[in-house]
Amino acid sequence: MCGIAGLYLKNPELYSKLGELYQPMLIEMTSRGPDSAGVAIYRDPVAEGEVKFSLAHSALDYDWVALSNSVSSAFGANSRIQQNDTHAILITDANEQAVDAWLRETYTDVRIVGSGTTVEIYKETGLPKDVYQRFNLASAAGHHIIGHTRMATESAVTTAGSHPFATGADLCLVHNGSLSNHNRLREQLKRKGVSFGSQNDSEVAAAYLTWKLRQGVSLKDALEEALDDLDGFFTFCVGTRDGFAVMRDPIACKHAVMAETDDWVAMATEYRAIAVLPGADNARIWEPKPATVYSWGRDNTGGTH
Amino acid sequence: MSSLDLQVDGLRTINSTLQFQTEQPDWTITSPMGQHAIACGLNTPINVTIDGHTGFYAAGMNQHANVTINGHTGVGCAENMMSGTVRVKGNASQAAGATAHGGLLVIEGDASSRCGISMKGVDIVVGGSVGHMSAFMAQIGNLVVCGDAGEALGDSIYEAKLFVAGSVESLGADCIEKEMTPENLAILTDLLERAGMDKDPQDFKRYGSARTLYNFDIDKADEY
Repeated sequence: MCGIAGLYLKNPELYSKLGELYQPMLIEMTSRGPDSAGVAIYRDPVAEGEVKFSLAHSALDYDWVALSNSVSSAFGANSRIQQNDTHAILITDANEQAVDAWLRETYTDVRIVGSGTTVEIYKETGLPKDVYQRFNLASAAGHHIIGHTRMATESAVTTAGSHPFATGADLCLVHNGSLSNHNRLREQLKRKGVSFGSQNDSEVAAAYLTWKLRQGVSLKDALEEALDDLDGFFTFCVGTRDGFAVMRDPIACKHAVMAETDDWVAMATEYRAIAVLPGADNARIWEPKPATVYSWGRDNTGGTH
Repeated sequence: MSSLDLQVDGLRTINSTLQFQTEQPDWTITSPMGQHAIACGLNTPINVTIDGHTGFYAAGMNQHANVTINGHTGVGCAENMMSGTVRVKGNASQAAGATAHGGLLVIEGDASSRCGISMKGVDIVVGGSVGHMSAFMAQIGNLVVCGDAGEALGDSIYEAKLFVAGSVESLGADCIEKEMTPENLAILTDLLERAGMDKDPQDFKRYGSARTLYNFDIDKADEY
C-alpha cells in the first residue's frame, strides 16, 4: 500500500507556511500507511563550503554535541549540531564524503539519514500525525517537501526501513509499490561498493539511483534507465535541491495524481491528499502517464517530461 | 433538492441516506474532498449531483440512480454498475466502469488506463481519450471513445463492441478492427445521442474480438 505526497511552492509568500500546508496532506495518507512516516524538507541552505547531515539515533539523550565536536577535531573543521527528537542536523565545513565515511566507521550506532546543502530528512515508526508532531514540522518553513506513509510489505517496520531514502547530495526517494528483483539488484550494487542499511526494497531503488548519479548520469536519465533495470510496481517521487520529480512504472500499476496552481505544484498517491490545499478545487489536475518523468524545480518550471 | 455535506454529515450517513431513498428524488453532495466510495450502492431512481472532485469507487455498484460528478473522479468510478446513469464532467482515473453489468457511464473528459476492464454489459461513452489496456477482457456492452485509445486496446476481448473516433496506439491480443454494420451504427448513434456527444458516428471505427483466443471450439467438442 503506502502513500506518498509532495508539495512544491511556487509562491515565495507561502514558504513560511510549508509545514502547515503539508501537514494535512501527509495525515490524509495515514490510511494508506499507518506504520511509519517520513519527510524530506528542503530549507535553510547552508553557506558555501558547508554541508548538512541528517543523523539519527534511537536514544533521545544521545550526546550529539560530543559527536559534532569530534567531527570538528578529526577534520580540523567548524561544526555545529541541532537535535530534533531522535534526529540531529549536523552542519560542518569538512568534506562531505570524508565525513560520511568517517561517521560510518566511527559512529556505527548513528545512522546517516541524508546529506546535502538543503535537505533535512526525518523519519520514524508510528502514525504520520505523531511523527510529524515529534519533529515539530507544522511550523517548518521551506521551499518544498516530500513524504511517505508506510504500510510495510517487503521488510520490517523499523525507522531504517522507513522512507525517504537518501540517494546522494540533496536527493532522496519515496516509493509506493514493491520491487520484485531487489535481492539480486542489492547484491549487484554491493559488489559495486554501495552500502545498505536495511532489507527494504525501496532502499535498493534509492541505491540504484545513487549509483547511477555517482557515475554522472542525470536524474532524468537515471530514472529512465530504472525503467529497464527495476522489476515491479512503483510510483517514485524524488526530491531534489530545487524541486521534485515523479515517475510511474510502465503499466502504471500504482496510482498517482498531480495538480498545479499559480501558488504550488503537488503530487500524491490519491487526490484527497491534494484536496486539502488552498485552491485545489480549481487546480489543473492530471494523472502522470506511465514510464514518463515529470519534474519541477526553480530552474525547470512547468513540468517537463 | 436536498443537500448533504460530506465534511459535516460523513460518508456513512450520506450513503445510508441515499441507498434506499424513495421520498426525495433530488440530492446534492458538497465538499467531496476526493474521498472514496461516495454515492455507492444506490438502489432507487434518484438524481444525485456531487459537487467537486471525488476519490475512488464513486457511484460504484449503482442501480437505477442518476449520478453526476461535477469534477474529476478517481480509480474505479461506477465499478460494477448494474443500471442507471453515471456522468463525470471531468476526467476519470483508472478502471472506470470496471466489471459493470449495465447502465450508462459518460465521462466527458479523458479516462485513464483500463477503462471498461472486464465490462459485462455496461455502455461507456468517453468524450476524450482512454489510456492503455482499456476494455481488457471486455465481455459484453459498448465502449465509445470520441478521442484516442492508448496501447493494447481490447486485449483478450470477448464480445464487447469498441468504437473509437481517433487513433488507436495499438490493439491488444485478439482485438481487430471489424466491420461497422448498420446495426452497429445504430447502437453508436443512440449512445452518442444519449451521452450528449456532438460527434458524427461516421467518424468512428469499430473494434472487437477476432475470436481466436477461445479455448472452447464447438466444432472440436468431441475432442475435449
